[in-house]
Amino acid sequence: MKLGKEYVGPIGKEMYVVNTGDWRYQRPVTNRGKCVKCGRCWLNCPTQCIREYDSYFEADLSYCKGCGICASECPAHAISMVEEVRE
Amino acid sequence: MSEIKVLNGNKAGAYGAMLSRPAVVAAYPITPQSPLVEYISQFVADGFLDASMVEVESEHSALSVLHGASLAGSRVFTGTASQGLALMYEPYIRTSTLRLPIVMCIVNREVISPQSVWGGQQDSFTVRDAGWIQLYMETNQEILDTIIMAYKIAENPEVLLPVNVCYDGFYLSHMSEPVEIPDQEKVDQFLPLYTPTHVKLDPEIPMSVDPLTPGDLLMEYRYKHVEALQRAKRVIDKVDTEFGEFFGRSYGGMVEKYRLDDADYVLITTGSVSGTARVAVDRARDEGIQVGLIKLRALRPFPREIFRASLEGKAAVGVIDRQVCFGWGTGIVYMELRAALRDLKDAPPTVGFIDGLGGADITLDHLQRAIDITQQASTGKIEREITWLGIEVD
Repeated sequence: MKLGKEYVGPIGKEMYVVNTGDWRYQRPVTNRGKCVKCGRCWLNCPTQCIREYDSYFEADLSYCKGCGICASECPAHAISMVEEVRE
Repeated sequence: MSEIKVLNGNKAGAYGAMLSRPAVVAAYPITPQSPLVEYISQFVADGFLDASMVEVESEHSALSVLHGASLAGSRVFTGTASQGLALMYEPYIRTSTLRLPIVMCIVNREVISPQSVWGGQQDSFTVRDAGWIQLYMETNQEILDTIIMAYKIAENPEVLLPVNVCYDGFYLSHMSEPVEIPDQEKVDQFLPLYTPTHVKLDPEIPMSVDPLTPGDLLMEYRYKHVEALQRAKRVIDKVDTEFGEFFGRSYGGMVEKYRLDDADYVLITTGSVSGTARVAVDRARDEGIQVGLIKLRALRPFPREIFRASLEGKAAVGVIDRQVCFGWGTGIVYMELRAALRDLKDAPPTVGFIDGLGGADITLDHLQRAIDITQQASTGKIEREITWLGIEVD
């Protein structure tokens, strides 16, 4: 719902106004060498933030809430949860 | 060629909708709106209107169906009244805040309790602050013409807001008058097919609809909505003028003035009572009383500037309300007019009248009494600010 450069109401293309990754306390880190690219993290992610790359899957941290389901579901144990530390 | 038929208000509304070529109509029947939808349904069945007629299970669903259709790029139409409007309230607000240019008739009916099916404007007035444009009708011809205009106002890129075309239950909806039905080709020229540019759902181009929105961004959308309603003032007047050029009929836009220029006293009316008020004005004039009339057409946006310019220096103003403003002890137009005239130099004394609730008649006698009281108010003698016409109050 863009007029000129701005949205006139809460409808529009590429309108992501809430980065659900803002309140995460831990983040998933994929060991790309271990990833077998089965896609189970992609299937199970409740925020649908897993993105596909050539040889692995990885979370988009703008939207990952850090729930850890992907790490728990990964059959190759390629994902580990790492605590977020504010500098 | 245009033709003249004898139509009740609901049928005039159905013609207005048909000529505007909506692609989807969804509605649930409620007195006194039911015939409006039955006529449209007949037009579709007989092949005069190429639209999907969706029979839904409630008013909430009716408007929700139209949200989807409007988001998908269709021009859409519906109508309701009273308790149906109340049931519709949740999607009603979302229609305006999503900025969907939907046109909906409200066939004004008293709200219950007490149980009533008759006229009264409490239903649509109660939802005046839900962000829609609301226009009020005096005649069946005005209903037909204004529905066509309403689409042109709603779809204007400067506006992008839904419009209510409100007309009094029974007084207009079930009363017949001669109505000129404009030629379809001419209407098509005036109101081209709807081609949305601001939003159109398409699986090829995914869009977000109503994502969770933080306060600062929500405030920005509200600000734009409020500003769009202000811009609509200009558009309502402009579309009315254009309509006059096309079809030879116009209604003044935000307000219609009658014998106002040389008037000392001014009556303000909304809806079908304006017709009776014209006669009351004429009779008073015959007796040498210099009275005029302003018919309020647009309750939202409220024509504040027009009232200030038109009423400055008048001797007194009387406002006829067909609803009440709970908590203020006045009518709603009265209260809003007082707010609009605030700080006006030379503001006239103003009195209010409440009448015509639940289908009670606002008779000529009542209006003549209102003119008398307004005239007295000009001398500074105001016994009571609000008079309930037609009932005895101590």
